[in-house]
Amino acid sequence: MEGDVVQMGAYIGAGLACTGMGGAAVGVGHVVGNFLSGALRNPSAAGGQTATMFIGIAFSEALGIFSFLVALLLMFAV
Amino acid sequence: MATETHDTANQAASACVDSYGGAIGMPQLCGEWFGNQIFWLLVALVVIFFILSRVALPRIASILAERQGSITNDLAAAEDLKAKAVEAEEAYNKALADARAEAQNIVAQAKAEIQGDLNDAIAKADAEIAAKSAESEKAIAEIRASALDNVKTVAKDTAKEIVAAMGGKADAKTVTAAINARMKG
Amino acid sequence: MATESHDGAEKGAELVFHPMDQFIVKPLFGDGAVGMFTVTNVTLWMALTIVCIIALLVLGTSGRSVVPSRIQSIAELCYGFIRKMVEDVASKEALPYFPYIMTLFIFIVFSNFLGLLPGAFTTTSHIAVTAVLAMMVFLTVTILGFVKNGMGFLSLFWISAAPLPLRPILALIEIISYFVRPVSHSIRLAGNMMAGHAVIKVFAAFAPMVLISTGIGLVVTPLSILAITAIYALEVLVAFIQAYVFTILTCVYLKDALHPHH
Repeated sequence: MEGDVVQMGAYIGAGLACTGMGGAAVGVGHVVGNFLSGALRNPSAAGGQTATMFIGIAFSEALGIFSFLVALLLMFAV
Repeated sequence: MATETHDTANQAASACVDSYGGAIGMPQLCGEWFGNQIFWLLVALVVIFFILSRVALPRIASILAERQGSITNDLAAAEDLKAKAVEAEEAYNKALADARAEAQNIVAQAKAEIQGDLNDAIAKADAEIAAKSAESEKAIAEIRASALDNVKTVAKDTAKEIVAAMGGKADAKTVTAAINARMKG
Repeated sequence: MATESHDGAEKGAELVFHPMDQFIVKPLFGDGAVGMFTVTNVTLWMALTIVCIIALLVLGTSGRSVVPSRIQSIAELCYGFIRKMVEDVASKEALPYFPYIMTLFIFIVFSNFLGLLPGAFTTTSHIAVTAVLAMMVFLTVTILGFVKNGMGFLSLFWISAAPLPLRPILALIEIISYFVRPVSHSIRLAGNMMAGHAVIKVFAAFAPMVLISTGIGLVVTPLSILAITAIYALEVLVAFIQAYVFTILTCVYLKDALHPHH
């Protein structure tokens, strides 16, 4: 019984942690969208900034991955 | 979770794998595998590093340098060939201009020669014509002179006859003088 | 995991979810315990990575032709790509460390792509592996920073452009973010690889639904196969981008070590 409650809590927590991935999706979309609007305004400067864009994507995506990791930990390691 | 798998985990080969071969928890967090992974990772990295730094990277660098060199060489050769082509074109143009000038010279010379010949011929012809016309004038003058004499004679005779016919006696001297006067007039 | 397959009756009797089993380290020969020097599937897939690297970068360039063959031009592309990244991001003084960065990149990119083969073991999905890679970068950068700049390396944390009262607070934040670097550096790579592979496995578990219940299965099975295909395509992209990001972050950190004054 007690184990069931713990397991339930872990599963609910895992589900809640997954909402963080939505935030990462918003963040990545924001980065790319802003890059694109800037790039369309000044296409000649866009080429040199692709690397920066990927770094930005990686940083914001990493946070989504962290929340996924929390979910996995709750599911399988707790 | 872990509580429910306790009974099976007892017979498992390790603490992270149950007896069915399934993972218990996250395999990534299984401490007893860390040493193995890290050891083999370090081995792999050292091997890759030595392959790259001893063999692969110098080779690729030399290939790229060689290509860069050959491209530079080719460009220089192309530049040379272009310069040569320009030179050749200049020489050709010069030769063409020379030939043209020479041709012009020859033409002018020929023209001058022909002109000279022509002038000579014209002069000769003029001289001949002049000689001929002088001769013929002379002939005409002779003819005219002889014709005048004839006319004089005929006129004298006629005048004498006319005078005689009119019953006069013709004085030869007067008749001749008269006729001469007439003929001059 | 295991419980779900044993008592997962609500999912249908034959639907088995083992998304984490693909990450298990197994001895290649025998069933013994995994010791430090045991030849395991980690060994196998790292050896395959090395074989692929040799095939691409050593055998592929053995022709040394001025007009490159297809494999040779891929090798040259890799070389030029990383060299340009090191030069652009980490400045020209970082070029002596180019083989080191190339090693990291080529190892990660080949591990990621080999891990995408069906039935493969993804070495880079293990935190132990990526943590070692990240700690190597962290230690290299820190030691290099102190060797090249002496105590001047600490000016990385003392931002002289900020107003004086703010500087201690900023310094604290900078120091914390400096020590978080290896953590995020390693978890980003391992998390990305693990997440994609686990999601593919979860969808794959739904695929045989049509064998259990024809009604739901006619909808679920095509959908899950479509999802596997889509996620797989995304994973191909992610496999490259994560290797790229790992390398470019290494370059960024290296630049901090060589030029701590912003």
